[in-house]
Amino acid sequence: MAMNTVASGGPALVRPTRTGLQKAMKRRSTIAFLMALPLIIIILALVIYPAGYALMLATLNKSMEEFVGLENFEFLFDRETFWMVVWQSCLFAGSAVIFKALIGFIVAHLVHNIPLKGQRKWRGMLLIPWVIPPAMSTLAWLWLFDSSYSAFNWILEGLGFERVLWLGEPGWARFSVILVNVWYGAPFFMIMYLAALKSVPEQLYEAAEIDGAGWWQRMWFITLPMMRNIIAITVLFSLIVTFANFDIVRVLTAGGPIDQTHVFATYSFKLGIESSDIPLGAAVSLFMFPLLGLAAIFILRDVTKRGNQT
Amino acid sequence: MTRSKLTRRGFVRRGSGAAAAGITAFNVRGAHAAGKLSMGFWDHWVPGANDTLTKLVNDWAAKEKVEVSIDYITSTGNKNLLTIAAEGQAKAGHDFLAFPTWYPADYARQLEPMDDVMGELVKKNGAVNATVEYLGKSGGKWIAVPAAPGSQMKPPCSRIDLMKQHAGIDVQAMYPAGAAPKADAWTWDTFLAAAEKCHKAGVPFGLPLGQTSDAVDWVGALFQAYGAQLANAKGEIVVKSDAVKQVLEYSKRLVQWLPQDVFSWDDGSNNRWLVSGRGALIMNPPSAWAVAKRDAPQIAQQLWTHGMPAGPKGRFAPFLPYFWGVWSFSKNKTAAKSLITALCQPAAIAQLVEASQGYDLPSFANLTTLKTWGEVEPPKGTLYHYPNPHSHQIQTIAAAPCPPKMANQIYTQATMTRMIARVTTQNESIDKTIDWAQKELQGFKRA
Repeated sequence: MAMNTVASGGPALVRPTRTGLQKAMKRRSTIAFLMALPLIIIILALVIYPAGYALMLATLNKSMEEFVGLENFEFLFDRETFWMVVWQSCLFAGSAVIFKALIGFIVAHLVHNIPLKGQRKWRGMLLIPWVIPPAMSTLAWLWLFDSSYSAFNWILEGLGFERVLWLGEPGWARFSVILVNVWYGAPFFMIMYLAALKSVPEQLYEAAEIDGAGWWQRMWFITLPMMRNIIAITVLFSLIVTFANFDIVRVLTAGGPIDQTHVFATYSFKLGIESSDIPLGAAVSLFMFPLLGLAAIFILRDVTKRGNQT
Repeated sequence: MTRSKLTRRGFVRRGSGAAAAGITAFNVRGAHAAGKLSMGFWDHWVPGANDTLTKLVNDWAAKEKVEVSIDYITSTGNKNLLTIAAEGQAKAGHDFLAFPTWYPADYARQLEPMDDVMGELVKKNGAVNATVEYLGKSGGKWIAVPAAPGSQMKPPCSRIDLMKQHAGIDVQAMYPAGAAPKADAWTWDTFLAAAEKCHKAGVPFGLPLGQTSDAVDWVGALFQAYGAQLANAKGEIVVKSDAVKQVLEYSKRLVQWLPQDVFSWDDGSNNRWLVSGRGALIMNPPSAWAVAKRDAPQIAQQLWTHGMPAGPKGRFAPFLPYFWGVWSFSKNKTAAKSLITALCQPAAIAQLVEASQGYDLPSFANLTTLKTWGEVEPPKGTLYHYPNPHSHQIQTIAAAPCPPKMANQIYTQATMTRMIARVTTQNESIDKTIDWAQKELQGFKRA
């Protein structure tokens, strides 16, 4: 090994020469990179590669032999059914997220006001819809909605009302898939909002009360501002998950009647797997990306802005 | 482990001789001397049917010294389609798979030609019908072999008592057990009148009109009975025709006599409709009868499977064959072909049909009169006419004869049932619906 000799008044100090690799290993940035490497590999393998592959598939022709550029997208833009799916996906995700947020918010407040002793039981019970695998719970809903044999229609008929075609009439079918999604997703909002509520300092409410603030003012000027970031991130997360929902629609209606409950994921499956047109299916699924990207940019920008202000 | 490397010529030479003796054979000895073979079969609905298939495979494997590995892949949730797509993309997986109806054509370029196997089988078992050729051949070559397990027809399964009582139709007299049908009067017009009478009696026909296979199949047969094509054999769009208008008019009249919720029915809804005793007729393979036999024997005693009604252009019955296709990337194509040949021998097919209680249908002409269909009960002879023993009807598939890749789109996207839904539930004019269909069909022509 080469040695460096340092001339000085005392005995010569001999220090080992560092190789390039050793130097690199000493750098903080290298250590940071190495520590992040497992995550980078996971993201490359499970996010970047599948996304790139989907992008590549979406640019091929039906028999996957030729590169056709953006022709698959052009083709979709010309289809009435595709635009119906875009509208339905937005309706499904938008209305489901609004109701989930609203119900989650209300239930979180109700649970928050329960004495601590009994709160755990309620929290556990309210989380049940969220922890049951949705494909399984949706099957139970399917039986409840079955227009010929369902409990709902049995009750309605018992009360003297007409049977409802829950899954056979487009309006009711849309209502049904949104309802099940709200039922499944509201507990997630509830638990997130409950955590946010618990982090609001009690002193703020006490001070407001001394100042004579009413319930609505406390809610508007303290609770909501303190929860804004959690609300925004929860809404974004739920929007992404709801937009990409597959199992609920697939099990309940499979996109029917007359395609009027299809969302991006189910339509993509219909085209890609069932109709053996994988490139077109990939193009449909990729269409979610810019929509969700836009939503993420706006919501996260808002969150960051508020973070910088505080 | 030693792997046998038989050439295709060698296989055919041996296969030809062995076929005459009843089964093909390798002359390779030693434990698993002929290598490994993995296969993915369709997971059968009928309990016990898989066991018989496993036994047949194991018997062959023991004789031919091949190490086999079997996976039964369910069609629930389209798991089988996902497997096909994944293996096709990865170019790895099983040596051969069970391909439903349209899928051999979709993967034609990745499937091993099977002309040698089919040549022998047709010689021995008789010809196959035109629908099997349409689905199993590509570019004039066989790319897959029609498999008995999973192959099915979806003819009417009627309640003997309700049809007699309310519609005045004796289905047993029309389709007597053990004899040729006497069904000249059984037309789609008779069917419509019977549907009306049964609806008024509170036991409507249970015909699904959603976007699943059971709905598309009977509607496809109805379209063909009226000569109504959406696209012809050359792939030209011919939806703007009087025949299509006529069949849509007919559908409007029929739909009013069906349960209101048929547009949301799945493939299980019609079975439940019949087994629960709420309807007088459905169109289905004998699975509904088999469930009734287990769960509602008093209903099963009144069920009779028979032929389809005839239309102006003939009597068409929905037929959905399954195929066994060998991947071109398979490492043991010779063994795969040998096994498929063994599983298509008359004795093996008879066992498979027996194990499936008559559900499975061989596609070969000489094998439509196996004793199972004549003997299963109750009532005796209930399935006699299921395999079309008197060639009384034309076995077909919805959207045929247009090129399979385009037909697959029409079938899986349920263009025909959606047309009916538009003119009935949406009150859209027939002309507007045809315009909509025309545009959809143009999209299906993508190469």
